[in-house]
Order: sequence, then structure tokens, then C-alpha cells
Amino acid sequence: MSDQSLEISLRVNSQEVNAQVPVRMHLAEFLRESMDLTGSHLGCEYGACGACQVHVDGLLVRGCLTLAVQAQGKHVETVEGLTEKGVLRELQNAFLQHNAFQCGFCSSGMLITALEITNHYPNADREQIRDLISGNYCRCTGYQSIVDAIESVLKDQRLRNQLSAPKAQSEMGVDK
Amino acid sequence: MNAPEHARLINPHSEHLELLEVPSKTLPAEGKVGQSYIGQSIPRSGAKKLLEGRGSYVDDLRLPRLVHVVYLRSPHAHAAIKSLDLRDALKQPGVVAAFNGDDVAKFCSPWVGVLGHLKGIRSAHQHAISPERACWQGEAVAAVVAQTRRQAVDALDFIQVEWEVLPCVTDMQSSLDAKTVIHPELGDNLCFSRDLETPEFAKAFANADCVVEREYHFGRHTGVTNEPRSILADYNPAEHTLCVYHSTQAPHMMQDIFSRHLGIPESNVRVICKDVGGSFGIKVHVYADEMATAAISVMLKRPVKFVADRLESFITDIHAREHKVRIKLAFTKQGDIIGFDLNDLTGIGPYSVYPRTSGIEGNQVVNLTGGPYKHQHYKAHLDVVFTNKNVTCQYRGVGHPIAVAVTECIVDEAARAIKMDPVEFRRRNLIADDAYPYTFASGLKFEKLSHHQCLDKLLDTMDYKALRAEQAKLRGKGVYRGIGLAAMIEVTNPSPAFYGVGGARISAQDGATIRLDPGGMLQVMVSVTEQGQGTEAIFTQIAASAVGVDVGAVRVITGDTGVTPYGGGTWASRGAGIGGEAVLRAGKALRSNILDVATVILNIDKSLLDISCGYIVDKLTGQELLLLSEVGRIAYFRPDTLPMNFQSELTVTRHYTPREYGFTFTNGIQASYVEVDPDTGFVKLLKHWCIEDCGTLINPMLVDEQIRGGIVQGIGGVLFEECIYSEDGQLMNGSLADYLVPMASEMPDIVVGHISTPTKTSELGAKGAGEAGTAGAPGAVMNAINDALAPLGANVTIQPCTPQRILQALGKVSGG
Amino acid sequence: MKNEDFKYIKATSLEEVFALQAKYGENAQILAGGQSLIPMINLRMTSPATLIDISGLQDLKGITHQHSPGRVAIGALTTHAQILNSKTVTEHVPLLAQAVPHVAHLAIRNSGTIGGSLALADPAAEYPCVALALNAQVVLKRKGGERRVSAEEFFQGLYKTAIEPGEVLTAVEFLEVAQNQRTFFTELARRKGDYALVGLAINLTLQGSVISSARLAFMALEDRPVLAKQAMKSLVGQSFNSTTPHLSANVSDALRKDISPWGDLQVTGETKSHLAGVILGRALFEMAVQNV
Repeated sequence: MSDQSLEISLRVNSQEVNAQVPVRMHLAEFLRESMDLTGSHLGCEYGACGACQVHVDGLLVRGCLTLAVQAQGKHVETVEGLTEKGVLRELQNAFLQHNAFQCGFCSSGMLITALEITNHYPNADREQIRDLISGNYCRCTGYQSIVDAIESVLKDQRLRNQLSAPKAQSEMGVDK
Repeated sequence: MNAPEHARLINPHSEHLELLEVPSKTLPAEGKVGQSYIGQSIPRSGAKKLLEGRGSYVDDLRLPRLVHVVYLRSPHAHAAIKSLDLRDALKQPGVVAAFNGDDVAKFCSPWVGVLGHLKGIRSAHQHAISPERACWQGEAVAAVVAQTRRQAVDALDFIQVEWEVLPCVTDMQSSLDAKTVIHPELGDNLCFSRDLETPEFAKAFANADCVVEREYHFGRHTGVTNEPRSILADYNPAEHTLCVYHSTQAPHMMQDIFSRHLGIPESNVRVICKDVGGSFGIKVHVYADEMATAAISVMLKRPVKFVADRLESFITDIHAREHKVRIKLAFTKQGDIIGFDLNDLTGIGPYSVYPRTSGIEGNQVVNLTGGPYKHQHYKAHLDVVFTNKNVTCQYRGVGHPIAVAVTECIVDEAARAIKMDPVEFRRRNLIADDAYPYTFASGLKFEKLSHHQCLDKLLDTMDYKALRAEQAKLRGKGVYRGIGLAAMIEVTNPSPAFYGVGGARISAQDGATIRLDPGGMLQVMVSVTEQGQGTEAIFTQIAASAVGVDVGAVRVITGDTGVTPYGGGTWASRGAGIGGEAVLRAGKALRSNILDVATVILNIDKSLLDISCGYIVDKLTGQELLLLSEVGRIAYFRPDTLPMNFQSELTVTRHYTPREYGFTFTNGIQASYVEVDPDTGFVKLLKHWCIEDCGTLINPMLVDEQIRGGIVQGIGGVLFEECIYSEDGQLMNGSLADYLVPMASEMPDIVVGHISTPTKTSELGAKGAGEAGTAGAPGAVMNAINDALAPLGANVTIQPCTPQRILQALGKVSGG
Repeated sequence: MKNEDFKYIKATSLEEVFALQAKYGENAQILAGGQSLIPMINLRMTSPATLIDISGLQDLKGITHQHSPGRVAIGALTTHAQILNSKTVTEHVPLLAQAVPHVAHLAIRNSGTIGGSLALADPAAEYPCVALALNAQVVLKRKGGERRVSAEEFFQGLYKTAIEPGEVLTAVEFLEVAQNQRTFFTELARRKGDYALVGLAINLTLQGSVISSARLAFMALEDRPVLAKQAMKSLVGQSFNSTTPHLSANVSDALRKDISPWGDLQVTGETKSHLAGVILGRALFEMAVQNV
């Protein structure tokens, strides 16, 4: 039995953290147990349900499939941190409005996937949205309201981009 | 789905997620004063913490001296424990204790899952930890307690156990034949049996023009709640009290059970449900490992937590719905149903689950088969048999998915047999909308249903004619689409007839306490519980409407036996109808009491006053006279300014019990539109519709989402989900990789519409809605698949309708 | 389930990895993206005594396009997401680009690596199948040397590859698609991202409108991805203009001789055979349609 633990330094939700961490502890456990950030949830601990998702250096990852020691030197952001930062605000509002959540257990992970969609797939249609959330298990909603919520944010986003685009065009000297 | 009409209640540009403040001026007023939130699709602002990672599920809780328990589980379906040695496990790092079944039995008495109203039901006693043998793969035979869960799991490897593998029975028919008897003292494996036959049945059937017959198989499946079962039990030896943080639906029921089986006075037990990550009936039952956890807290005199991991969940969370149903439908050649003949064989685990029994699901199948139709003749036989597989019990819909599927599928067969459109066949046979009150062939009493209105609305909403035309056109091109309908009735708002009459200490009544706080807000405490369906949100709406405040001025507490009135919790779709009614009554009573105080403050007659938007107002003119916070301030802090003999009562409790009907039935009808690929056997769900009549809708958005979620769960059962057991009782697919729960890509958009027939048994008129989706979806989808396959001469009768089974039915591969 | 105990070492160089492998032998496993290994560890399906984390080795990352011969080299630690977003792969190894969206889910694709997937050699995974269809070269480095193993020789059985003790899979090389080549990937899965019931990667070489050579690699049928050699032979000389999604009798018969699928929990071996024929017919038809 090795019971090995390592000293790691990382940032969690913009805070510098130094911790002694058992090597076999996965990142979601570290966040929940050592940092008391219980917003990321454990639904399976083998990467199937998506309830544990967080950001590591801006990338969406499954917290249970990352060893805590692998977060050394990285910036980990949880749903709590991303909420504080404000980047989830529009999605959270949309989820609330469309009742895109019921028991809330999948919501943290689902919102972070949704953020990936709004950041990187701005033109996703309903079928593509379903595709992109296909790794997040939700037992309560049946998914439709989640698709509605994400779709509404993408629409608003595209509208905002459209409104600011013509100005950019004229600045570039592009004829209409 | 568009955003609700009164959208933008949340400001998307605000710095923070704004607390919902609904300006009263934007709502329709009743007369000059008062507003009602009943019927408004208001977002659940009280739940927004769940979107910020700020919920409190049991596994999030920390207590001083908390330890963790894990269980050694039998790898065998049936085995005697020859020897069990915990000594090495006790030596492992962090381990605090280790127990076997006898140890725990000293602190926790066993139980048996039988009730008086299921005549003849039998089961063997079940222990918190089995002392002598394991009767299913996964049954716990030892416990290890350690400082961390990880240490406890590591220590399990050091338990030495010797098994004597015993013959096991996994096939239902074999169980019925009783070659191997699981509990020798019972003589055979029959848990429960029931027979029902209406007078003149045999003659009516014998004289029928036509009879169609099918045997339908339903695969056992399970709930797969996202949050696994979780419990944190905290025994305080100084007070002989037990506080249990429990992911459960029925805290009062658990309070009673912990009390009786652990020998702690009832009122010394407090059960608290904070956030529950999904339940669907899975979490309304008594689990041996949860009882053991509570007992171990008593034994160790410190808090003990148990959270089932996902693998454990698959082999210990109750399973459900394993049935083999032979059904015959007799009808005239014009298409009038004469009657149904039903034979249902269902396989449960080795124990009937406590306290609701595992006989209820089969019993419901007998009660509900044929439900929407006006036939007089009915014969049913039910056998509920024990097997050495995981225990089974009530799971969302409880028997309805089976009853609706066998009914609706055999109805479609009958229609096909006489080449009648399945809609026409249903039209002829659905109970007329003006036939109520009505007593159904199985004895059920319906207050008032709306089958025909719902059917009309469904056909219109889905544009049935256009879909049939499209189907025909595409068939010509070798594309096989199918339309399937499923009419249904559903049990909601149960009276004591469901459990109480059988001797169960399960409350069919519920209560609500509403308090006006000095600052003018309302605190509402209700005995019905929340697992995400929005119970607390609708109570907010009802309380605000009943008292006369803004919906943002109401706080709700549920799930705490130390705080709320006594009640039943959430199950059988009773939250809105029963809990909601209690809230309404309490709210109206509080309104009256507040006006009593206002009367003496203002010296204006009570009949001239009302409450609106948090103000005491002139009833006629609507003029604001006094803030509720002023009423509070004076009543609580300056009662010296009130008349000598006046006592304000600004906390009111009211209860409600449904009495007139055994159950308040709802009705609905669903349709599924699918495309079956005859070469791969894959089914694409194109669209799904549900027209549901659940009476008064308190929050239509929440109801619709409950229905959608329920439909997707039903789709899981008809297309994807099955607990696959080997012959020797091993669960072969007990993980999220192999057990296929519905994920987003394969699910259709679901259109939901309503007819509203409020129940007259309550003022609110609300019936239940939580399970309807799951009840009807399997029948609708299976009918759609068979409709698609009909031109190819194929028919599937086994759920889930997997590609393998569809290809077999088509004769493309062998077997079946 | 909590994972069993293990020792963890983060390697800072390939040399260090070789030294650790020599020291720990079979008791050490390489950790790359972890998206397959860590679930297995968490489920206690595998319990390595030591994990050697190679995720920091920058040399193993990146996609390079070499000319003459035209070749795309993908470092073992390149993630699925990086492959998905790579213009080089899309343009020069379209078969791989077509397969990647089928790999698991969004979050998994951000961390999972091509090297990890190839080294695990799950017969139901996409990359081994694509590698076989393209006869990719797997680059294996050892202390003091390296060798290339063709995909045909690399996959040796269920989770079994040609990787010898002391070797690390550092890259995989694909010949870039030629003007006269057509490729196609398809799979049948119950749910998006699931392990497929059956999958197929096709690489056809044409001479004019005639198939001059064909490579058909099937996944999820046997203990490793399988080349359907008889079926491949039966396609040579055929016109590349399939007018129906159904296979001609001789190709169908040939295919049946090539594969002996194992059944699984969902479908029997016979059904897999049947499905293999179905997706081959449809793929050829689809390729013909796209080619027009």
C-alpha cells in the first residue's frame, strides 16, 4: 500500500491553493472534500454521467476522470467559481426561465457543457445541441427544456453579434 | 417551446440572478383587488441555488466525528454464509468498526413487507444486514466503518468470507413452479396472488365474434436517480435522539420506521430531506443498508454516512416492471370491446419490500388494465413470485406502464384484425365524457374523465390525418413510419385506500403551516416533499395567492419532520392535489386571521378589508391601507396597543385528506411517431405528444416538464432499459455504460397539451401529474413500432424493443 | 467504488519513462489522457501498482504534415478535440476526421488521446478501426531506438497490441489521402457516443470509376478491428457507382466468410454479421452518391 500523496499548487476559482493530496484522489473528490466546493456532483465516478464536470485551464473536463495531482499548476474552475465570474449568468437565467432543471444534480455539469456550446458552437441548431449535451445524463427533464434554454441563449448571442456587426463592417469599408 | 407569455421575469442583463419579483400590475386581477398565481408558469426562483452549485445534497453535508460505512455485498444470487471474519478488516487504517448481521440485529429489528389489504400476501423477514444468507447478488452481509469512504472500501478486501452457494431461481415461471423454494417456511415462492372475474364473463367471452390474444414481456428495469441513495444518520446518546439526513420522499414514514425498528421514541427521531437529486419512487422505500446505517450510528454513537456508489445502485436500488402478461381482448365484429382476459406473472426479489409491499405493482396491473374503456367483462389472474434477483417495488407509474401497454397494444391488434383505424376503434370504446361518475369493470370509481376531449385535442394537435398521409406516401418509398396511440387513466391523490387500510403507517393526509413573519413575508411549512418536480414552487404560488402577497415574499420549507406538520410526503402524484390543498386552506385561514388583526388596528370592519400584494387594502377601492409588515410589527412587538382580549394568531395550520374517492383518477392520451429501420432494427423517435387532463394546473410549465421527463423515462423502458440477469442471478449490465438510460440525442421533442377537469373533491381542483408521462409512453411507442412494422408482417411483443428483437420479429435474424 | 491504491509518477522525459518501465515492469501502466484508464481504475477493473503520467511530454503532442511522401504524423498525446479541430486532418486524413465526432462525448474528447486509444486497443473503438483501414504506422519508441509497426500487425487481440515492455507509443502516421482515394466512416450505436454495435472504415482506391483496391475495416465485431479481406477482393474491379444500399450477393457472401462476430449483451453474433452487411451496403451507396 503506497498511500502516496503529493504536494500540489494550483488555482481553484482564481484562488491560489497549496494542498497535500493523495495521488489516487480524483479532482472531483479533491474539490468536494478538500476545498468544500460541493457544487460538482458524483453520479458515477467513472466518466459516464457528467455531473462532475469542471473547467481545467478553460477546458471542459470530467472531474472524476482527472487525478487531483494532474491539476498541478493549472486553473480549475467549478460551477461556483464560474458563477462568481458571471460567465454562466445568461445560461443560468435561461435555465431558470425554461425550467431546464428539476432536481439540480446534473445542472452544474450541464451548465458547464452549455457554456462550451455557447463559447465554441455559436450556430448549433437543436439537433447539434442535443448531440453536444449527449454526454450529460439528466433523468428529470427529458432534455427538451435544456435544449430550449441553450437555444435561446444562442439566439440572443447571435442577435447581439448581428447588431454589433454592421458597425464593424463599415469600419472595414465593406460595402453593403 | 417558447418562453412563457409573461417572459422576461428574469433580467438577463442584471449583475446577479435576480430574485423573482413579479410586479402585481402585470397579473390578471380578480375583481378590483387580489391576484392569483394559480395557473401561472412562474420560474422556480426558490430553486436557483441548484443552478449555482449551492444545493445541499446528503453527500454535501459534514458533521463533527462523521464516519463512513460501506457494505460487503454478496457476489452470489443465493448463498449461505459459512463463515465471516472481520478481524483483519478491523486492523486496516482508519477503520473504526466492522459489523455482521447479528451485531446489527441487536439494534435493529427485522421487518416484513406485507399489508392487510393485499389478501394473502406473504414474505419472509428481512434484516438490516443479512445474518445467515444472501438472497440476491448485492445483498449486504457485513459493514465496515472508517474515517473516509476510501479507507472503508479498502478494508472490505480484508474481510474473509466463505460462501456456500445455494441453488437460485431467476426465471419467473420456474419460480412459480417452485422446484427451488427460496424461503422454505413459506412452502413455495408465491408472494401474492389475486383473482378477479366479473359476472357472466365466461359466457360473454365465449359468444364473442372476435378474440385477439398476445403475450407481452416487459424487461425488468430501474430508476437510476442521478443522485445515488444517500443517508447520514446522527444519533445523540445524551438525548437518545436520532437525526437522519435522508435522500427520501417520505420523511414521516421513515421517522416512524426508524423509531419502531431502532427502539427510539417516535418524536425523538427527526428526518430531514434537504436537496434530493431525483427519486421517482426509488427513494420511497425502506432499504436494508439505510436501516443498517442508522443502526450503526446508534451503535457507534456518532454520525454515520452511507452513499451508494453507482455500481451498488444498480444492484440494490429497487428494480421494477418484470412481467409476462397474456392478454385476450374479445370484441364484436363492429369493434365494440366485450372484455379483457388478463394473466400477469411478475417476478420480484426475494423479499417483498417494506412497507409498501412488492405486490402493489401487479395489483395495479389488475386494477388498471382496460381502464379507459367501457366494457363490462373482465377476468384477471395475478401471480407475484419471489426470485433471487434484486428486490423490486414501486417505481414511477407503478403498474400503469404495463397496464396501459398491454391494453393499448391489444386494442391496436383488435383494430388491425378488423381493419379499423385505431382511432376509430378507440372512439367507439372510450368511456363517454358524460358517463360520470363511473364504476369501472375492476371496481375502480372515476369521478370525471375526459377521454374523448383529449382524443380530439390530440388528433388536432398532431394533425393525425396529415401524419397518416405522410406515412402512406413514405411506405411507397420503403420508409416505415408508425403512429401509436395510448389512452390512459392514472391513479393520483390517493386516499388511505392505497396503504393505510392495509395497516401501513403511511399518511394519506398532509398539512401546511403558514406563518406571517414580522417583516411581512410568509413562511410555509408543508409535509409534502420536493425532489425537483417543483413542489415548493407551487406551494409558493398557492400560499401567495391565498394570503394576498407577492410570490417573491414567500419561503417554503419541506422535508423536515421536526418542522412541518405530519404527512405523507411525495408519491403517487399527490403533491399538488393534497399538499396544495392543505396550503390553500392554511393560506385562506391565515388571511382571515391577518384581517382580524388589521380590523383591530384600523378599526375598520373586517368585511370591508382585503389583502392584496402585501397590503391590507380597502376591499372596494383597492386603496392600500396598511403594509403587512406593519401588521406583523404591531402583532408581534406592540400587542400592548391592541384590545385587551385580542390575541393575534398569525401562524395557521390546516390539513387535507382526500376522502370521497379511493384515488383521484386523471386521464390522458399520448401519441408516438417513429421511423423503424427494417434493416438495422433501429427506431428513430420523430415526435411525441401528450394531452393530459390533470385538473387545475397550478404551474403549467412545471406540469409540462414533469410530463416530458416522465415520457422520457417511459421511453427508456420501451426502447433502452433492461436489467439483464444471467441464469445464475448475476446482473450483467449494472453500469451506466451497459444499462442504457436515455440521453439527449435520441429523444424527441414532446408536445404537451391539456384538457382541464378539476376535481370537485378539493377547492384547488388539482389532480396529480407526475407519473402520467411514464404511464403512457411505453404503450404509445410500442404501438408506433408495430404500426410501422405491420406492412412487413412483423410484430414485437417484448420490451425493451431493441434492434435485436425487432430484427428477430422481421425474420432478418434467428431467435425470438 | 473508490480506486485501489497506486503509486503515481509524473514523467518529465521519455528517458525517464523508459527507466521507470524498466524498474516497475508489468506493474506500471502509462497514464495519458486517462479517459479510458481512469474509469477502469475507478471501477477496479484494473489495478496498476504504478501509474506513469506522460501527459506532460510536449514532444508527444502535435500534428505535423510531411510532404513526399505526403504523411500526417499525430503525436500520441494529441487529444480527440485537437484532431477534430485540425484542418490538416480534415484535409489530408478525412477518414479520421469523419470518425472523431463519434468518439465518446465533448468532455472526454478534450482529454482523451489518440495514443491512449490505440494502446488500449478496444475492439469497439474508432481509432483502431480507422488506423487499420488506412494501414497507419504506429511509432513505438524504446530506450535507444524506435520502430514502426503497421496497424495490420499492431492490433493483436482483445486489449492486446504489439507494444513490448519498455516501449512507448509516441505517434501514429497516416498517409495523406490521394486524389483517387475515397474514404468513409460509419457506425451503428444505440446512443450517441456509446461503443458501437458495429462500425466500418472504408478506404477505396479508384482507377477512373473502377475500384482498384479496397480496405474495409470493421470494429466491434471480434477481439480486434478486422479487415474483411474477401469482401475487399470482391470489390476490386467493381464499378464505383453503387445504385442501391443493399450489397450485391457476392460481396455479401464474401463478407460473411470474413467475419465471425462475437455476440454481446445487446445483439447476437449473427445480428452483428447482418448489421455489418447492412452498413457496408449503405456506406458504398453513400460514397457513390457523394462522389457524383
